[in-house]
Amino acid sequence: MKNEVLRDVQRVVLTLDVNGEARELLVPVHKTLLEVLREDMQLTGTKHGCELGECGTCTVLVDGRPMLSCLALPVQLRGRAITTVEGLAGGSNLHPLQAAFAELGAAQCGYCTPGMLLAAKSLLDDNARPSREEIKEALAGNLCRCTGYAKILEAVELAAGRMT
Amino acid sequence: MKVVGRPLPRVDGATKVTGRAVYADDMLPARTLHCKILRSPHPHARIVSIDTSAARRVPGVLAVITGADLPIKFGILPVTQDERALEHEKARYVGDPIAAVAATEEEIAAAACDAIVVEYEVLEPVMSIEAALDAPKDERIQEYGGPNNVHKLVALEFGDVDGGFARAEHVREDVFFYQGNTHLPMEQHSAVATYVDGRVTLWSSTQVVHYVHRALSKVLELPMHRIRVIGAAHGGGFGGKTDPFAHEIIVAKLAMLTGRPVKCTLTREEVFYAHRGRHPVLMWVRTGVTGDGRITAMHFRSALDGGAYGSYGVASTFYTGALQTVTYDIPAYRFEGCRVFTNKPPCGPKRGHGTPQPRFALELHLEKIARDLDLDPVEMKRRNFVKPDTRTVNWLRVTSCGLDECADKVLAASRFRERKRTPGHGMGFAISTYLSGAGTAIYWNDMPHSEVQIKVDRGGVTAYCGAMEIGQGSDSVLATIVAEELGLQPSDVRLVTADTDTTPIDLGSYSSRVTFMAGNAALEAARKMRALLVEAVEASGRKYEEVAFEEAAVLGEARFGALTTAGSYTPPKIAGPYKGSGVGPSPAYSFSACVVDLDADPRTGLVNVNKVWIAHDVGRAINPLSVEGQVEGSVYMGLGEALMEEQVFRKGLHKWPSMLEYKSPTFLDMPEVETFIVETNDPEGPYGAKEAGQGPLLPVPPAVCAAVFDALGVWIDEIPVTPEKVVEALRRREKGEPPRYGPPRFPSIPYPPAIKVEPPPRDAAAAAR
Amino acid sequence: MLRLPRVRYLQPKAAREAAAMAAEHGARAMFVAGGTDLLPKLKRRQFEVDTLIGLDFLPRSVRNGSVDCVIDAGVTLSVASRDPHLRDSFAGYAEAAGLVSSPPLRNAGTIGGNLCVDTRCNYYDMTHEWRKAAGFCLKKDGDICLVAPSSPRCWAVSSSDTAPMAIALEGVVSLTGPDGERELPVEALYRDDGIDYMAKQPAEVVTSLRLRAAPNLRTAYVKLRRRGSIDFPIAGAAVAAWLDGDTVTRCRVALSAVASHPLEARAAGAFLAGRKLDRETVREAAELAAKPAKPLDNADLGHFWRKRMVRVVVEEALGRISDQTGGFGG
Ligand SMILES: Cc1cc2nc3c(=O)[nH]c(=O)nc-3n(C[C@H](O)[C@H](O)[C@H](O)COP(=O)(O)OP(=O)(O)OC[C@H]3O[C@@H](n4cnc5c(N)ncnc54)[C@H](O)[C@@H]3O)c2cc1C
Ligand code: SF4
Ligand code: FES
Ligand code: FES
Repeated sequence: MKNEVLRDVQRVVLTLDVNGEARELLVPVHKTLLEVLREDMQLTGTKHGCELGECGTCTVLVDGRPMLSCLALPVQLRGRAITTVEGLAGGSNLHPLQAAFAELGAAQCGYCTPGMLLAAKSLLDDNARPSREEIKEALAGNLCRCTGYAKILEAVELAAGRMT
Repeated sequence: MKVVGRPLPRVDGATKVTGRAVYADDMLPARTLHCKILRSPHPHARIVSIDTSAARRVPGVLAVITGADLPIKFGILPVTQDERALEHEKARYVGDPIAAVAATEEEIAAAACDAIVVEYEVLEPVMSIEAALDAPKDERIQEYGGPNNVHKLVALEFGDVDGGFARAEHVREDVFFYQGNTHLPMEQHSAVATYVDGRVTLWSSTQVVHYVHRALSKVLELPMHRIRVIGAAHGGGFGGKTDPFAHEIIVAKLAMLTGRPVKCTLTREEVFYAHRGRHPVLMWVRTGVTGDGRITAMHFRSALDGGAYGSYGVASTFYTGALQTVTYDIPAYRFEGCRVFTNKPPCGPKRGHGTPQPRFALELHLEKIARDLDLDPVEMKRRNFVKPDTRTVNWLRVTSCGLDECADKVLAASRFRERKRTPGHGMGFAISTYLSGAGTAIYWNDMPHSEVQIKVDRGGVTAYCGAMEIGQGSDSVLATIVAEELGLQPSDVRLVTADTDTTPIDLGSYSSRVTFMAGNAALEAARKMRALLVEAVEASGRKYEEVAFEEAAVLGEARFGALTTAGSYTPPKIAGPYKGSGVGPSPAYSFSACVVDLDADPRTGLVNVNKVWIAHDVGRAINPLSVEGQVEGSVYMGLGEALMEEQVFRKGLHKWPSMLEYKSPTFLDMPEVETFIVETNDPEGPYGAKEAGQGPLLPVPPAVCAAVFDALGVWIDEIPVTPEKVVEALRRREKGEPPRYGPPRFPSIPYPPAIKVEPPPRDAAAAAR
Repeated sequence: MLRLPRVRYLQPKAAREAAAMAAEHGARAMFVAGGTDLLPKLKRRQFEVDTLIGLDFLPRSVRNGSVDCVIDAGVTLSVASRDPHLRDSFAGYAEAAGLVSSPPLRNAGTIGGNLCVDTRCNYYDMTHEWRKAAGFCLKKDGDICLVAPSSPRCWAVSSSDTAPMAIALEGVVSLTGPDGERELPVEALYRDDGIDYMAKQPAEVVTSLRLRAAPNLRTAYVKLRRRGSIDFPIAGAAVAAWLDGDTVTRCRVALSAVASHPLEARAAGAFLAGRKLDRETVREAAELAAKPAKPLDNADLGHFWRKRMVRVVVEEALGRISDQTGGFGG
């Protein structure tokens, strides 16, 4: 531990495609996507609850699929499309999932919400009218301590209904 | 009512779904330093020396502090000021903060912590209630309290308990254990401090800016007006962010020393050490009943494993004995409580503070009594339900009470009585109650518990309140009340909350007090504002309802100058005439009833909950969506506690401080919940409202255990109900032993002689006084 | 925030190059594929490496021949779990891949990484600070086993969901080392040792897994864990049975999370050969399968209960094969 910080940091220049914008960054290779999004790109909408892959809070989309940003290395993500919660809304119009979450109170403390929204978006992009079981399966990697998941389930159904 | 009672979206909804809400860890002011805390690796040890010289030499380190820099003790309760931000004399649990570093990068701060050399003299750890009751091998954990490692002993007796038992036709004793568990908010605690122009500003994920403010002032030796505490967007509390914490004080101190912003975000493991979660409680209960199941007397004993510090523990201890009487009419009641210190992270308030444990014991105990007497447990419980507008034997004033209606709702919807009796399938019923805010403050004072100011200008309205939105929806409640009175929509109301510089006091988001107390304060302020506006509009010859708000505001400002009003709320003085009566009284109680339907596999012991029906008397739902959300969230947490969550220790340290091993139910583990909102229009609540955030958790664990008994015929008298306990209970039954898994006995505890308290008059009219 | 140690990241273009890099750096370097096992462990400082060798060049396709199916090591668990061919011909394998942890994790975790996943122990899969407080153990930084202090070896648990299934299916892995390629039956990849749990050379890259289909082959994987998602197995049974009508001609049963390697229950497999999968036979086979399982007190829930559950998961898996459905969800 003590001596780790005496090691040199290897930095690479990377172009990351985040929310449709290409951003060129100088990234230490040992920084995770979570850290780079939050600390180097000020995209703090992506939250974290464990940094060990155990809670799903840090979920973002990579090429449309939910991934845990705390376990992703930006050096491995060149050329892949990354979507964070900041990229969900179209301009000032909320994405139907965001609108449904806001309307039904599916975000209480809101801390799990960005990850939930992105996991749900990926689901609906694949499967426009998922069953309740399919919604539960798709969101099963995202823990929430506030809602008991009930309002989240309803919100995803509501958004799915509106989007089709 | 235009907005009260409507399922409107929360006022903070859009901010939260877009990721724009700024939580403390999202802040990164220019030149921010990162703080890491070195923690004790020993559960119990004297600190012989701390050498920070190597840490100071790590490039990038700007400051290193130890307990010598912050020697003043603090604590949430005035009677237990026993914590230090950093300990330099003694470590009392694995995770106790010892030293802190501020550095330019978090990894540098961590490496510097690793370079600090601490010499310890290791002491024998005390890891259980039983061990804490014995004489310490080396030395006590804390220097104060009762004998050995006892922290607090209480004994109270209301009415003629011996007489009540003598009168009983049946008497039963049971022992129960409720394992400790933790809040596990998704957001890890975080705080950022700055020090500018001789003033400290702290942003924190706290539930109570006011108590953090007081603790900072005390430990930093700064007057309160030179400290500003702001509640950042809050990622979940459940009681876990209700104490002032070491890291909050540490970042403030480091900011003062370095002149730069300092941030500390706990790791998940550190959150487990900060804890203040559910006390593990061992309970013994003895009840006398008549042949038809009417309670004649009850004697309840509790032993709480408090962990290493006081925290809210004195209050928690009283709470384990306080609310039994609020659901059941108990004519004579003796309560003996005990809290011990152990070398574990301190326990404190978690959703339901001190009351889910006794509720669990009480509900199952009554189930067993009913079966002894061949009575229907539900009927027997109902026979003993309290009535509205009464005083309990321990002087708690019950006003609105929808217990019967709650029970009716869940029993009917679940078809509880018509249930098919198939082995492996079971249903269980339980009820509960909770406070709508504690009737007394944490520290003695005569000031209001909540204050709201309203300002109207330029056609807009702003409400200021110290209350902290922690996800429960308190901002929306305030906005809704102000909007209702002024004829607006909640989204029209600007809010400034939880900022000790700009908002008046509110004691914070704990004990389910915000809707009731801040709500009443908001109501008063809003009504005063409305009166001003009405007067101004009517002076112009029109009616308030006929003019646009913008115009009313202009008329008002023209007539009265700056338009501000204020309201405040102080709970009625209703505590009983005895020492310890401050814990339990509340201006109103919520009530819940719950039915759980589950399958339990006799071969594996695995329990699968199919559905939960829950009815909650919230008085009046100011926003039914938010109430449902609170009820569903409570059921979730109750199921987690009942089936999997446990804060356990091995070899002196937390067995698994991680989100993987501390089991919190996932989407797939959560059954369908059917919620019924019962409205009883409380006479003192704002628009009749009472609490919803904690009470509905309480009936869930006992209902689960009652359902397991229904399914398999074995009692699991200990939470959580793990499959191994079920299998073991079944094995015991097969061997002809009592069909039960639970604590075998209650230890012998040196309770003092009970203070005898004369019960209040039993008639309703007198009780109302 | 838990962070990774400062490491260097090497980006080989092919397996041979990766293997050469690994050989050159020795124990200071590790391969990283999806990173879902490695990165949490690095954050907890369970490995002391200063170099990561990226395997993101690994191909990511499932190639179906008429008999053999070759799954590239870079295929993610979620792709494997949804692949129509795998679901059809090797249902148990697809099931096992789909039961690993949680959906977002499966989008990153690879099948190659899942075969090589580190053994687990709840005295070991902890942060550096926690382990320092508890006392370090044999597997990392210490000199005794905290679970079995009198034992000279480490009993960390093999916790891969797909490895037992790959063994039951008699799968074969392709390895590329610095000097060339070779094939190995999956079972030969492992050693019964919590520390040196892989029998391959450290510098060898797993490049693919080959499974052989048969018209009369049936498979099932049953996983026991506390929650419906996220959790590692606390017991798992993988069964592959080759049938002739309703008679078993050959059967292999392998268990997860009950030993330091995926444990093959040979006696159970042998017992089933030539029998019909009726209730009684299934019960007896499960009994036999459970015998060699030796869970210790280093995973979730008690080891007595876990031992008892081995029988249950095997029965359940065999039951599924004989189409006797049971209700034993995660
Ligand atoms: C919270 C959590 C839950 C989990 N639950 C499960 C579970 O239920 N079941 C389960 O099986 N696993 C589980 N895992 C472990 C892990 O995520 C999976 O095993 C995953 O498949 C690993 O694949 P990966 O590509 O991410 O491997 P990596 O993390 O990249 O690598 C894992 C190990 O394999 C080596 N390696 C990877 N690929 C190769 C290769 N091609 N050739 C040679 N060596 C290689 C690496 O050097 C490393 O030692 C869990 C992990 C977490 C964090
Ligand atoms: S089994 Fe023993 S040696 Fe192996 S990781 Fe666990 S405690 Fe360490
Ligand atoms: S932060 Fe918990 S999974 Fe990434
Ligand atoms: S809304 Fe608070 S954790 Fe999900």
